[in-house]
Parts: sequence; C-alpha cells; structure tokens
Amino acid sequence: MASAERPLSPHLQVYRPQWTSVLSISHRATGIVLSIGSVVLVWWLVAAAASPEYYASFAGVVGSVIGQLCLFGWTFCLMYHLMNGIRHLVWDAGGWLELEQARKSGVHCVGAAVVLTVVSWVAAYAAM
Amino acid sequence: MSLRSALGTARGLGSAKSGTHHWIAQRITAIALIPLTVWFTIGLIAHAGAPYEEMRAWIGSPVSATLMICLIIGMFHHAQLGLQVVIEDYIHAERCKIAALLLIKGAAFFLGVLGVLSVVRIAFGG
Repeated sequence: MASAERPLSPHLQVYRPQWTSVLSISHRATGIVLSIGSVVLVWWLVAAAASPEYYASFAGVVGSVIGQLCLFGWTFCLMYHLMNGIRHLVWDAGGWLELEQARKSGVHCVGAAVVLTVVSWVAAYAAM
Repeated sequence: MSLRSALGTARGLGSAKSGTHHWIAQRITAIALIPLTVWFTIGLIAHAGAPYEEMRAWIGSPVSATLMICLIIGMFHHAQLGLQVVIEDYIHAERCKIAALLLIKGAAFFLGVLGVLSVVRIAFGG
C-alpha cells in the first residue's frame, strides 16, 4: 500500500499563490458566502410578506452598521462571483485559455467587481 | 491523436446520457442568473431604503414577482449544486458527507419554497 504521508497534488504549502489559483478558490469561497447571504434574501421576503412591524425589525438589523458592512461584503462577493462566473463560462466555451489571457481576465474580474460594488453602493445611497 | 478505439476511450467513464447533468445544470443556472442578478441589483438600488408599502409594491408587481421567483429558484438550484461539489471535495467521511449533502439540499429546497411563497403572498396582497 502507498503510504498515507506521500505528497498529494496540489501541495499547497510549496505552491506560490498565483492570480489564477487564488481567484479559483475565491470563486468557491464567494459562492459559499453568497449561499449564506441567500438566507438574508429570503428573510427580507418573509419580512415583507409578514407585517410592517416585522419588516421594520428586519430593516433595523440590515440598516445597522454591522448589517450594512455585511451587505457591502455580500455585494462584493456577488459582483466577483458574477464576473468570475462569466470568465468561467468563456473558458467553458473554449476562450481565454492562454496563460496570459487567464491571468489578465482574472485581474479584470477583480477590478470590475470592485468598481461595480462601489458604483452600486454610491448609487443606492444617492437614491435614498 | 490516439490510436485507441472509440469504444476503448469511452469505456469505464459512465453513461453519456446523464453523467454531465450536474455540470450542465450548473452552467444553465449560471447563465440564467446573469440577467436576473443585474435586474435584482438595479431594482434594489432603485428601492434602497424604501418604506414597507413601496417595497411591497415593487416586489408584488407581476413582472417583478415573476423575476423574483425565477431568481429564487435559479439561485437556490445553483447554490445547492455548488455546495454539493464543495462538500464532495472536502468531506471524505461517508456518513458526514451524506448528512451534509442532505442538509444542504433540504435547506435549499426549504428556503426556496419559503421565498417563493413569500413573493406569491406579497403579489396577491396577503
């Protein structure tokens, strides 16, 4: 039998983090964070369906400083997952598979996610 | 260029009829979620901080309610497909894995129904 201690690939301890690998695991991480956020989305709908009092208590939690920080984080995760998801779909279609294209599109995804997050929040606060 | 026969390369890889269903479902829901997410984000920005009745009027209008239900179904389907892969990759103890999968799938189904029912209730003015 092969020993259980033999190194398995990818051996994370000796791998230098690269744009492609870090963004790959980030896609997974943001997906998990967004799954948690989906509970808040349903909570919002339940509150809106229930009563003005329930909705007010929901709005109080979401409108608090911590609530707004969480929402901001979720917005970034959503925008990143959306941008990187489109990148994944392009890969599935056979595009952007050259090393430089894979790296560059990743950098663009992060940049686009940051811009979309900030623009969304500026627009939301301007609309209030 | 392989010299192996077509049968030789395909044998042992499972049925081609349903083996890629998970992969395809994840991509189809991903594509559907692109326009739905854009709509939802713009809608939320436009109604940020809106009072109770105004928010209900937006959610409950026929087109918004339909899109919201599409978003909920697409989102939870996509989420449970993704979480399933995460669980299968990182949890190797068979019992824990099955328990986690059942929990994730059950929770996604429950939350999806709860969300859809809430939107329907708002749409019908309940």
